[in-house]
Amino acid sequence: MSSETISHGHAAEASVHSHDSHEAHGHDHHHEESFLTKYIFSTDHKMIGKQFLITGIIWAIIGGLFSVLFRLQLGYPDASFPILEDLFGKWAAGGRISNEFYYALVTMHGTILVFFVLTAGLSGTFANILIPLQIGARDMASGFMNMLSYWFFFLASVVMFASLFIQTGPASGGWTIYPPLSALGQASEGSKLGMDFWLISMALFIVSSLLGGLNYISTILNLRTKGMSMTRMPLTMWAIFFTAVLGVLSFPVLLSGAVLLLFDRNLGTSFYLSEIVVKGEILPNEGGSAILFQHLFWFLGHPEVYIILLPAMGMVSEILSVNSRKPIFGYLAMVGSLFAICILAFLVWAHHMFVTGLNPFLGAFFVLLTLLIAVPSAIKVFNWLTTLWKGNIRFTPGMLFSIGFVSLFISGGLTGIFLGNSTLDIHLHDTYFVVAHFHIVMGVASFFGMFAGVYHWFPKMYGRYLNNTMAYIHFWVTLVGSYLIFWPMHYSGLAGMPRRYTDWSNWQSFNQFQDMNRFISTVAMVVFAVQILFVFNFFYSIFKGRQVKSENPWGANTLEWTTPINPGHGNWPSDIPEVHRWAYDYGKDGREFIPQTEPIGADESKH
Amino acid sequence: MSGYFIFIILVLAFVLIFQISKASEYVSVLKGEEKSFKQSNRINAFMFILFMVLGLFGAWWCNELLYDRTLLAQPAASDHGEKIDFMLWLTIIVTGVVFLMTQILLFWFAFKYQHSEKRTVYFFPHNNKLELLWTVVPAIFLTILVGFGLFYWFKITGDAPKDAQIVEITGKQFNWMMRYPGKDNVLGRKNYRLTDASNGNALGVDWEDGASHDDIEASEMHLVVGKPVQLVINAQDVIHDVGLVHFRLKMDAVPGIPTTLWFTPKYTTAQMKEITGNKEFVYEISCDQMCGSGHYSMRGVIVVETQEEYDAWMASKKPQYVTVQEAAAPAAPKADSTAAVATATMSKPLAQLK
Repeated sequence: MSSETISHGHAAEASVHSHDSHEAHGHDHHHEESFLTKYIFSTDHKMIGKQFLITGIIWAIIGGLFSVLFRLQLGYPDASFPILEDLFGKWAAGGRISNEFYYALVTMHGTILVFFVLTAGLSGTFANILIPLQIGARDMASGFMNMLSYWFFFLASVVMFASLFIQTGPASGGWTIYPPLSALGQASEGSKLGMDFWLISMALFIVSSLLGGLNYISTILNLRTKGMSMTRMPLTMWAIFFTAVLGVLSFPVLLSGAVLLLFDRNLGTSFYLSEIVVKGEILPNEGGSAILFQHLFWFLGHPEVYIILLPAMGMVSEILSVNSRKPIFGYLAMVGSLFAICILAFLVWAHHMFVTGLNPFLGAFFVLLTLLIAVPSAIKVFNWLTTLWKGNIRFTPGMLFSIGFVSLFISGGLTGIFLGNSTLDIHLHDTYFVVAHFHIVMGVASFFGMFAGVYHWFPKMYGRYLNNTMAYIHFWVTLVGSYLIFWPMHYSGLAGMPRRYTDWSNWQSFNQFQDMNRFISTVAMVVFAVQILFVFNFFYSIFKGRQVKSENPWGANTLEWTTPINPGHGNWPSDIPEVHRWAYDYGKDGREFIPQTEPIGADESKH
Repeated sequence: MSGYFIFIILVLAFVLIFQISKASEYVSVLKGEEKSFKQSNRINAFMFILFMVLGLFGAWWCNELLYDRTLLAQPAASDHGEKIDFMLWLTIIVTGVVFLMTQILLFWFAFKYQHSEKRTVYFFPHNNKLELLWTVVPAIFLTILVGFGLFYWFKITGDAPKDAQIVEITGKQFNWMMRYPGKDNVLGRKNYRLTDASNGNALGVDWEDGASHDDIEASEMHLVVGKPVQLVINAQDVIHDVGLVHFRLKMDAVPGIPTTLWFTPKYTTAQMKEITGNKEFVYEISCDQMCGSGHYSMRGVIVVETQEEYDAWMASKKPQYVTVQEAAAPAAPKADSTAAVATATMSKPLAQLK
């Protein structure tokens, strides 16, 4: 296998690597691939993408289940569920979720979904599957590094999963793990061994992310096929490219933050600790700054939300255009706005810290730069709307989720204009308004982008379709459910209700939302059940789904649809196709679509 | 038992949905993919319009149900809060217009331009004028929002008036402790290494500093209506946050790095009881930064009152230094009331709430 590993796209010109044509899928003529090299330690970008996706799905089920558990507490604070005690023992003594358990669930829910699902599961999956297919390469620049990227992610997953079973529980200081809470075992059960596991897992995760990111960047820059200039790339490629740049430049900063925190925890240093009396114990640490960690964390943490969102934006742009049968409106403006978001993403981190005692003068710059992001975001929204305008729309499941994405991106993006304005942030910071904002714009919207991608490229991944009826149920219940869950939260936020409270019943100011909380919890459970339906549809359709009969089922222009229905390692059995035009010639000169591989005709109109 | 029951119902529902989905797939093959595509396309297009109409109605209904429970329905209790409320309404109006416009266009386009064999799509790859328009217009509106926002931001975070009353508030897992500077209006020096809750020095005040001798400690914050107050905010163990919802204000309490916050309360607690129509009304201090397992119970109370009431309350208080000296003089160790509360709440965070 290794001798034949296709990891250098330039060699691809020679086209010696026509592994298996779609006719002979699963029966390799050229060499035997063992189960181990084909499914486990694979260097084929498509298999690695699937590994990321399936690991991401497993994590999403766990992370989603955690949210159902803590929604039980929030919706039914007085009820007792004996089954919880059977399952979780002392963490749910008497069938009620203990405070420590609640905070562990919240923390793990955030960590899992932000990093393991929406970073690894989303860009890991689609960067791997789509980059070589859409730019016309045989594989990633380094197939081996790519494989390592997955296995470091797997290791990170193992460590994080193991932390769930520690006696003192996993990390429980919130996914942002602010010290001193996360630095002092005396301050919280979750800050004992669980926190070390969290930090080690995250360090491994960052290694994975860097290996992947460097690979994505070098592949896109170096391995594009003949004629595929940067400005002819589909928007998915641009989005994934900027995502990788963001990750490569910002994840190392989180690593440094995490390593310093490990030192503070285990080696007695004082990077983040100063003048602390915890549970009556006077600590010797002086001179550190708890705020330093927040700067290091959010220097990744803010780009991180764009690492999550940009690939979704890219895929949605592509899918909207394909299914409107119309070019994406303002291609260059779309690339420009992705670039602007990418740059600004590095310059806004302190808007998470307006109420930490940040210098107000400094804060003013962060307000300005933060609200500046609304401009490229607005351009994107209006361009998407114009793409739909006068189109001829096919509501494939991927298209439904793409339209849902735009709706959610608008709703969640607009509340960002509230929170980015420091004056309002003083009032709304750390209330449910924030919870509603980021869940809609970063959580649910990115999930919609991910679902759109899965439904759209599933035929490419497995040569089969997902079941449409289940897809429609999945879409409509999820769209309606997401709004039902998060829309009312804006109201509790405007009442100042703080997040990360297990129970508001002792508060005069916040106890008026019990019926609303119960409603939200009920809807959350329904939405979760429907996600299980999707997972079922996914695995069932891999084996039993309706078979794809044509190479280009959506009538799309991009290169991945010029490969066989089940492409082997190397993607194209013969030469890599040459590209002659951009990816969005839909509805041009009366033709429904013109693939990128078709040369420009003599009498073709210009645009 | 009911748990198993629900589980069985769920499984059955799954099987049912699955069977229907499979059946509809076979039906669509029999009917011809083209025909079934058209049918489902029409249904989904209609669903988008339905979703938009029901969604807008739902948003209105949600507002009917919940508006009165938010702070929008009652006046801000501080001068800064009024500025924040104005800013909030301005932002709601600007974003509300954009929200309605874009969402309606989105779903309307989805419905209007659903697949039809008669339509030829309009090849429209770009238009510089349009793109310039929706770069410049949002930029103008954002400039307005940033302008107002920063104007108020600097007002709110600017220096406190010279005559402001000073109150120190210190957070620890899971309660708040207050300290008043006494007659000299100067808070005595602190050294965290001197912290000794069992001997009446829960805050780590340095008794060597004469300015500390008239400092008064309390578990409740009393403020005078109409008089500016500057909070000096500390934390002992982890990061907390002084959240003052009715004043619309918030500031982190960071160990080792004191922060400040100032405002002028506008209504006494008694007045707020009338305004809100809630006889139980109290100004609450909520901890708004995750601080451990008792985070949700870290509650403090502020009493806003007239100058006379405040003076009477202050007169009833004994400086902490005096209390400590008295406790030390007779051999019988008698912890002061504040320390007692503090120790009790350490093991039972909810105790002080009841």
